[in-house]
Amino acid sequence: MMGLLLAAGVIGAIGIIIGVLLGVASEKFKVEVDEREILVRAELPGNNCGGCGFPGCDGLANAIAAGTAPVSGCPVGGPVVAEKIAAIMGVESGGAVKKVAFVKCKGTCDKTRVQYNYFGMDDCRKVSVVPGGGEKACVYGCMGYGSCVKACEFDAIHVVDGVAVVDKEKCVACGKCVQACPNHLIELVPYDAKHLVQCSSHDKGKDVKAKCDAGCIGCTLCTKQCEFDAIHMDNNVAVIDYEKCTNCGKCAQKCPVKVIL
Amino acid sequence: MKELILVIVGAALVNNIILSQFQGLCPFLGVSKKTDTAAGMGAAVIFVITLASFVTSIIYKLVLVPLDITYLQTIAFILVIAALVQFVEMFLKKSMPSLYQALGVFLPLITTNCAVLGAALTNVQKEYNILFSVFNGLGTAIGFTLAIVLLASIRESIEDNDIPVNFKGSPIVLITSGLMAIAFMGFAGLI
Repeated sequence: MMGLLLAAGVIGAIGIIIGVLLGVASEKFKVEVDEREILVRAELPGNNCGGCGFPGCDGLANAIAAGTAPVSGCPVGGPVVAEKIAAIMGVESGGAVKKVAFVKCKGTCDKTRVQYNYFGMDDCRKVSVVPGGGEKACVYGCMGYGSCVKACEFDAIHVVDGVAVVDKEKCVACGKCVQACPNHLIELVPYDAKHLVQCSSHDKGKDVKAKCDAGCIGCTLCTKQCEFDAIHMDNNVAVIDYEKCTNCGKCAQKCPVKVIL
Repeated sequence: MKELILVIVGAALVNNIILSQFQGLCPFLGVSKKTDTAAGMGAAVIFVITLASFVTSIIYKLVLVPLDITYLQTIAFILVIAALVQFVEMFLKKSMPSLYQALGVFLPLITTNCAVLGAALTNVQKEYNILFSVFNGLGTAIGFTLAIVLLASIRESIEDNDIPVNFKGSPIVLITSGLMAIAFMGFAGLI
């Protein structure tokens, strides 16, 4: 009986001493944390995808609380989260626009011609350094080996018929695929944008025609249609300025090769 | 002096905590994907095991032995180690934020690392005094760091290899660590 009490007493005493010491220590070594940082962190999605450019959600919360990052810094949370964080920080969210990734190529297997047969490593970044940039004749287009698919943590991008296609509903605009694409084909565009140029070829019209049925031939018809000065030619390919675009769709109607969605 | 070195070498290589005693396998398999995180984990373990060896051996020598309740060593050690890690975490957060950031989540993870308790219990089993306990803990932790960094660098270099589908992921890691354990058997005759 004595031993029993002694054992319980000793362990209990050690426990109490440790508890008191830890309690004192936690007061003594208290670190002042910005309360807003904790609140901001609670609102962030917590995927730690790194799409904001900070190391994980904690990093972004820290930067927002310190005022070095905008409240709309989280591309995954979009405007909803930006609003909540703006409320915590007591500032305006600045109308963050929900974005999605978009692949600027429509050169599917039946549209783009093949210049040779490629047998080798199935990774875009490796294929892109092969002479001719892969089996497809167009060096600007999607190679279809799915480096973006591997980069996506949200199952939102897939190679369909030789071209990567983004699932708008699943995409959180983290930007991982944008970085993964060696041809820089993927861009973050506003979720609401209805009209998008599905080509990135800088070749002259005749060369584009020879290589692909779905390429921008640089005819500039769309730029003449636009009433809002929102579409311009950039080195033989039409580029839409989404801030000016009103989704009227006149450019898409006029496009002779139907490359504008 | 010579004996202290022998204790360190013995704990680090001959009786390597992971590769010959098979303790602390969870961080060994879990935190060995990248060499720098493995090294971070190793640093945290060196820190905690050395400190824990010191504190547990004081508790053992000054509390448990005089009261003749050495059978309580396991539970007392767990209590002390958990509190110690908590304290170290608080201390680092306040005084060395950069080190705290670098160790990150590994520090609290070590609370449940059986290698720490294993080292403390080995000290008791081998009847080391306080000085020898600290050095044994240090050696054990160096052995842990050595093994985890080696495995991490092997994992990094075999990552792009053409591994058969069945062996991808954990199986190849287990095979690799098995081969490492066999290799470490070569140290058996050292002391």
